[in-house]
Amino acid sequence: MLRRRHNDGKVVKITIDGEAVDARAGESVAAAVLAHASGATRTTPVSGAPRASYCMMGVCFECLMEIDGEPNRQGCMVRVEEGMSVRRQQGARDMERAS
Amino acid sequence: MSAPAYDIAIIGAGPAGMAAAHEAVNVGLKVVIIDEQAAPGGQIYRDVERVAMERRHDLDVLGADYKYGYGLVDGLQASSVTHLAGHTVWQIERNGTVWCSDGKIAKQVDAKRVLLATGAMERPVPVPGWTLPGVMTAGAAQILMKSAGMIPDGPIAICGSGPLLLLIADQLVRAGAKIAVVAETTSFTDYLRAAPHLLRALKGADYLRKGIAMRRRLKTSGVRIVSGISDLRITGSDKAEGVSYRVGGSVKSFAAETVLLHQGVVPNTQATRQLRLEHIWHEQQHYWYPKTGQNGSTEAEAIYIAGDGAGINGARAAEAAGRLTALEIACSLGKISRADFDLKSPPWFSELDHHQSVRPLLDAMFPPPKEILNPPDDATLVCRCEEITAGDVRKAAKLGAPGPNQLKAFLRAGMGPCQGRMCGLTVTEVLAAAHGKSPADIGAYRIRPPLKPLSLAELADMETGDGDVTLASPSSGP
Amino acid sequence: MPDQTAPGNFDVAVIGGGMIGPALSLGLLERNLKVCILDEGDDVLRVARGNFGLVWFQGKGFGMPRYVEWTRRSATLYPEFAAELKEHTGVDVGHANPGGLELLLGEEELAHRQRYIGQIYQQGGGKEYEVEFLDRKQVEEMLPGVGLGEDVVGASYSPIDGHVNPLFLLRAMHTRFQQAGGTYLPHHRVSEVRKNGGAYDVVTEKGIVSAAKVVIAAGHGLRELGPPLGLDIPIRPQRGHILVTERTKQILPMPISSFRQTVEGSIMLGVSAEEAGYDDTINTGTVAKIAERAARTIPALRHLNIVRTWAALRVLTPDKCPVYAESETHPGIYAVASHSGVTLAAVNAKVASGWIAGDPAPEQFDAFGVERFDAQKTA
Ligand SMILES: Cc1cc2nc3c(=O)[nH]c(=O)nc-3n(C[C@H](O)[C@H](O)[C@H](O)COP(=O)(O)OP(=O)(O)OC[C@H]3O[C@@H](n4cnc5c(N)ncnc54)[C@H](O)[C@@H]3O)c2cc1C
Ligand SMILES: Cc1cc2nc3c(=O)[nH]c(=O)nc-3n(C[C@H](O)[C@H](O)[C@H](O)COP(=O)(O)OP(=O)(O)OC[C@H]3O[C@@H](n4cnc5c(N)ncnc54)[C@H](O)[C@@H]3O)c2cc1C
Ligand code: FES
Repeated sequence: MLRRRHNDGKVVKITIDGEAVDARAGESVAAAVLAHASGATRTTPVSGAPRASYCMMGVCFECLMEIDGEPNRQGCMVRVEEGMSVRRQQGARDMERAS
Repeated sequence: MSAPAYDIAIIGAGPAGMAAAHEAVNVGLKVVIIDEQAAPGGQIYRDVERVAMERRHDLDVLGADYKYGYGLVDGLQASSVTHLAGHTVWQIERNGTVWCSDGKIAKQVDAKRVLLATGAMERPVPVPGWTLPGVMTAGAAQILMKSAGMIPDGPIAICGSGPLLLLIADQLVRAGAKIAVVAETTSFTDYLRAAPHLLRALKGADYLRKGIAMRRRLKTSGVRIVSGISDLRITGSDKAEGVSYRVGGSVKSFAAETVLLHQGVVPNTQATRQLRLEHIWHEQQHYWYPKTGQNGSTEAEAIYIAGDGAGINGARAAEAAGRLTALEIACSLGKISRADFDLKSPPWFSELDHHQSVRPLLDAMFPPPKEILNPPDDATLVCRCEEITAGDVRKAAKLGAPGPNQLKAFLRAGMGPCQGRMCGLTVTEVLAAAHGKSPADIGAYRIRPPLKPLSLAELADMETGDGDVTLASPSSGP
Repeated sequence: MPDQTAPGNFDVAVIGGGMIGPALSLGLLERNLKVCILDEGDDVLRVARGNFGLVWFQGKGFGMPRYVEWTRRSATLYPEFAAELKEHTGVDVGHANPGGLELLLGEEELAHRQRYIGQIYQQGGGKEYEVEFLDRKQVEEMLPGVGLGEDVVGASYSPIDGHVNPLFLLRAMHTRFQQAGGTYLPHHRVSEVRKNGGAYDVVTEKGIVSAAKVVIAAGHGLRELGPPLGLDIPIRPQRGHILVTERTKQILPMPISSFRQTVEGSIMLGVSAEEAGYDDTINTGTVAKIAERAARTIPALRHLNIVRTWAALRVLTPDKCPVYAESETHPGIYAVASHSGVTLAAVNAKVASGWIAGDPAPEQFDAFGVERFDAQKTA
């Protein structure tokens, strides 16, 4: 689990798995999710193993999340935006975009 | 065909790319710089502008070397350079055509020259348990401090080696994080091995002084530092609960909620591999780097490389190399004469020399441990995406897989979304050990576009103007 | 692999460890012959690693009825072949033959396909040919939950078509080959084959291997190896691109010639045809074209990410049909080359291997010789 050292940043309201969460401007989606809860941020499509963000710089692809209905986006490479909806993924994605 | 829109397309807005852009604009070249990050800075100066403007309390934690980057970023913002921020480059052609995407639309950028300043990534650290939630790279923790002002809550174990390990530990302590242990794989023999390089490194004495001061500061702030550890394991079932390792003949364990791994940084060779440039194996640091000629030129006339992507030399050396490469490109385009080059380049050559001088010492002091390169435990995952273990790789080697590409075919290792970034080096090492050969003879994965996944829609909607291709279907089948 | 170099004495030396060499070798080993496979190293042209994985019947054999029969025979033998590999090696090659579709976009494509398939039917002289045409509604019923693009007017369908994981097939064949006592020698690129008394010396970069019979199953390598041995076979490379998506939940119940979903869940999208010599680099324009057609055919594919693309070079004869030939000047030296080496793996292992071992040639082989190319040249 992560914590913010200071809470004075501009609040950005997002939802994580439907729950309303206050993130801060400039944070990546992956950071906001890790600050919200510890543990897995997805399970793998191969064996269902729990995983979470590993590199935070876009090379490991462990932070894959559904962002605004679009699955398999790199949460560490996307900044939070007001009203964003984020979901942790379980296994393989659906072909259709969730809406 | 119309003339390319730009003289140079620079890929990567880290120190190498930013400095190159600055130099290129100064001599009158038309420059575009493309980076997948939302703001310039690269790995070391990530988000420095925002921290300097909005989060000054984090600036003190991150230190003077970080703050230094603000000048470069500020210079880039003020210049006439076209900056495509948040654009991932997914295909580069040898003639200078670059394809990138902002996640919605794929774009083609044409330039006379392409400068790859794509930098480095941390070496993957395949140890038992490294895929558990709660395990990150040390660099990831640093990125969280830089971009979000966040630190791990609860006890942290920092394990591995390399100059960045202590830097990041130091930054975390200053940020108020609780460190359970800093466990270094580096041992006394590594320091002895490094001794002969001290003389050359004296030119880079400032680096040594900083390193010693950091270690002292950590010790005085009560952080437990253990050296010469081996057999590192991360415990826990659904998430990390602690680490265990062997030191001085006994096994020690510590509880930790966050485990930070680090074994130095290695060039990110995805782009240079995709261009099929020749690569050389670094015997001491066990990584591949692309072969470069004079001032960053390569075997492909339009392609140049600068910074850590050409071999690890650190941020300040990357900056100097970026400037020199930009001048070399200007020379090759006839924008400046060789005499101009000789007039402008000396300060950057001496900068480069100064900042490179400490490298042999660092390389000797921090050799990646064998057990990280070639994980002894058959059950250790090597390919995180396809969940392939070291044992699987050894079995395929017995079957005769001569190298990484046949192995990929046999096992699917390297076929997941990370496209081999996380397993490439390990697969080469494990195969080399199994065949009793040098990694240099084993080779590496072939890398093909896209460098990063992009949606089918983006590809389908592209205007490529290429008319003479037919699809085999439906007249004759595949 | 240890440097297990010559001198080695083998009944048969097979040159090439791609799709055809190992298949033939499995059959040879079953007859208790001593067999080695000589192969190149890692970063080489090996189409066995770059293909689409279809076990495909419909549309094959245009102008050559014997090839229609040969393909059917292989498809029929496939279930048994795959089951044996699984039993011995534990590797599931993922073979399935749920039938296959070729989706047609627009009336013009439909008419073209009807003519083409009709001709193959007619050349069989009225014999059964298991391909039929479906209209859009019938296709929709076959592909529940798959939204078809507006342009899809129908499809040709064959119940014989299927697919396999070609990479696992390669691994399974290699595993079985070594289990059954075969000797696999990578890094043994062959430069020439010389007659030595009653046998042949196969000269490799690592030394000489001696064998009574030699099979050239070297894909594009045949171009160089064949001519001095009386096997001047006019094969050429034809570049094909393939795109692969990320893993997604299973949605395609059957292969659709230019798309197929693997058991792992990724969808492969193909395939292009370009004359580009031995250049297997990616052409971005081609990638775009494949993507565009895929999006027109099944619009929901637009949302999927492409994680990989590659290009591989087909081994094509002028009439696109296979070659199975023994040299007239060098008896005991055989050349086997074909596109569709995946489809033919079962029949190569079960039937063609017998011909090399000394059985009479299967009746289809009259059509698969090299003489036809002289005729085609003068025609
Ligand atoms: C996580 C991490 C943290 C580090 N922290 C420090 C530190 O605190 N102090 C220190 O001295 N050194 C640090 N380093 C080492 C450091 O990388 C370098 O010395 C320095 O940043 C190298 O500069 P560069 O310009 O060569 O590359 P980088 O700074 O790495 O810049 C490369 C840029 O290229 C971009 N890029 C790469 N591929 C693509 C693509 N396909 N499309 C678009 N853009 C792309 C990246 O987003 C990045 O911004 C760190 C390295 C890493 C990996
Ligand atoms: C894009 C594409 C899609 C395809 N899709 C399908 C499909 O869906 N279904 C299907 O049935 N077929 C398909 N194919 C065709 C199929 O892959 C080939 O027919 C098959 O791989 C040919 O097998 P091969 O053994 O002749 O050649 P390869 O698989 O290329 O193997 C040749 C081997 O010989 C070795 N070699 C070459 N020269 C020498 C030498 N001098 N000494 C030693 N070794 C040598 C090579 O290293 C290699 O290992 C496709 C092909 C392409 C290009
Ligand atoms: S955390 Fe590694 S790619 Fe996002």
